[in-house]
Amino acid sequence: MQDNHKPPVSSTAELQHEVAELMIECLNLEVAADQISADAPLYGEGLGLDSIDVLEVALMVSKRYGLQLRADSADNQHIFSSLRSLADYIATQRTR
Amino acid sequence: MSRFPLVSHVSPDSIIAWRTEGAVTLRQFLTEVSQLAARFPARGHLLNMCSDRYRFSVGLAAAIVTGKVSLLPSTHTPETVRQIKVFAPDVFCLTDSDLCTVDLPLLRYPVMSGSQAEAFAIPQIDASQRIAVVFTSGSTGTPQPHPKTWGALVSSVQAEAARLGLLHNIPHTLIGTVPPQHMYGFESTVLMAWHSGNALSHAQPFYPADICQALAAVPTPRVLVSSPVHLRALLDAELALPELALVVSATAPLSAQLAQDVEARCHAPLMEIYGSTETGLIATRRPAQSEEWRLLPGIKLIADGDSVCACGGHIETMIAMGDMLEPVSDEHFLLHGRLADLVNIAGKRHSLTSLNHLLNSIPGVVDGAFYMPDESGNGHITRLAAFVVAPGLQAPRLLAALREHIDPVFLPRPLLFVEELPRNRTGKLPRAALQALFQAHAAQKSA
Repeated sequence: MQDNHKPPVSSTAELQHEVAELMIECLNLEVAADQISADAPLYGEGLGLDSIDVLEVALMVSKRYGLQLRADSADNQHIFSSLRSLADYIATQRTR
Repeated sequence: MSRFPLVSHVSPDSIIAWRTEGAVTLRQFLTEVSQLAARFPARGHLLNMCSDRYRFSVGLAAAIVTGKVSLLPSTHTPETVRQIKVFAPDVFCLTDSDLCTVDLPLLRYPVMSGSQAEAFAIPQIDASQRIAVVFTSGSTGTPQPHPKTWGALVSSVQAEAARLGLLHNIPHTLIGTVPPQHMYGFESTVLMAWHSGNALSHAQPFYPADICQALAAVPTPRVLVSSPVHLRALLDAELALPELALVVSATAPLSAQLAQDVEARCHAPLMEIYGSTETGLIATRRPAQSEEWRLLPGIKLIADGDSVCACGGHIETMIAMGDMLEPVSDEHFLLHGRLADLVNIAGKRHSLTSLNHLLNSIPGVVDGAFYMPDESGNGHITRLAAFVVAPGLQAPRLLAALREHIDPVFLPRPLLFVEELPRNRTGKLPRAALQALFQAHAAQKSA
């Protein structure tokens, strides 16, 4: 189980691009990675993801980066607020 | 007049739920039910949006003992809430979230005092009392109400508990990944716990790690009440699973392979249940062993032209099923998927006719049609596609208009703008023509 109190690490543009590519592949989205802006919301009006998508992305993230997402951690809402926040979380918590 | 108790537990010290703080006894539960009931406004209908399953159950019980009707719509979009207000102008909303923005009179779930001075008495409820109205999406865009009486619901979950082997002396704890606001979770995680002497877990786990944590937080024996989406995610995550006595799945049929994998990993039988919002639960099967469904005692299927109706048992009037069922004996049937007009995505059902009507009523849409690709059956969710003729209309505008009216799971992916739809000379859209259009798009994308 990962430590939720690790000092936050900012993600690189490279990691953000990689995560965007993984999301597009995993969810079969109709956009290109560079069309997903780092700060646009992933839910609702932004990329339009719903809770089933979030579950799929969480599985993909846990396999690729060796971390487990938890809905009860206080920053869960924040993690999926944008590509940047998801990539930042991965950069902080990744074990591989 | 026949009556059923609120719960089948008898001893004041029997455990009715597990929360983060520990066990909740029947005495404590009934005290909290009276405390909450005393705060209810003088309104006749309740929209219970509590996400904590224990709080939902206290809200439901408080509504039952004060004669209020709980409304269970299939989604909580702004449009649905407006329609709920038309159906029941005196509706109020019980919420346990500070972020709730539903446009209704709100009652926040209160902090309970913990005093237990009141005399202990289990409320007795008339079998004929209408305690809930469950809504389906309907084919016209207006949610269709399905009233539920206390007697029918109690009979249904008693039959379910008996079939699942949960009516023994060893209390089990039910942990649900499905919300209590939908018919499946309503019956199988709340009412069944109340009427089988078992306990419910307050948790609403989402990610695989959450499910493992919620299981580990309660004593054995445990029953996981879930759906194919969550079960596949749980297997894929390859976490160490706490001990399980039984796994229950519903919302979409599981393939025999996925069912066998779940049984092997969980070291427990997996039972599927089948039903609908209109009928509640009507049949079960163990998919690792048989593809045939077995009806609950007393329930009969009657073929009526192309469709099959269910009646008997807890079903109060004969109901046409929305799926293609093939009776193979008096007690068994096979399920061959949904009727053409119904889509089922992650357990949420919608009429295609109604989705198409909605799409074509958006200003700027000249013509449009939804298309449901064939499903994969491996636990991955298949999404709707839509083809739209709408010169000058941008995708985000169109999606925002749809989002006002329908649950996000029905939003089209992909949404494809075309010059015209492949209508035949009679103006109809054959599914094969839409399928060809969809496959052409997929081929172009992968090229």
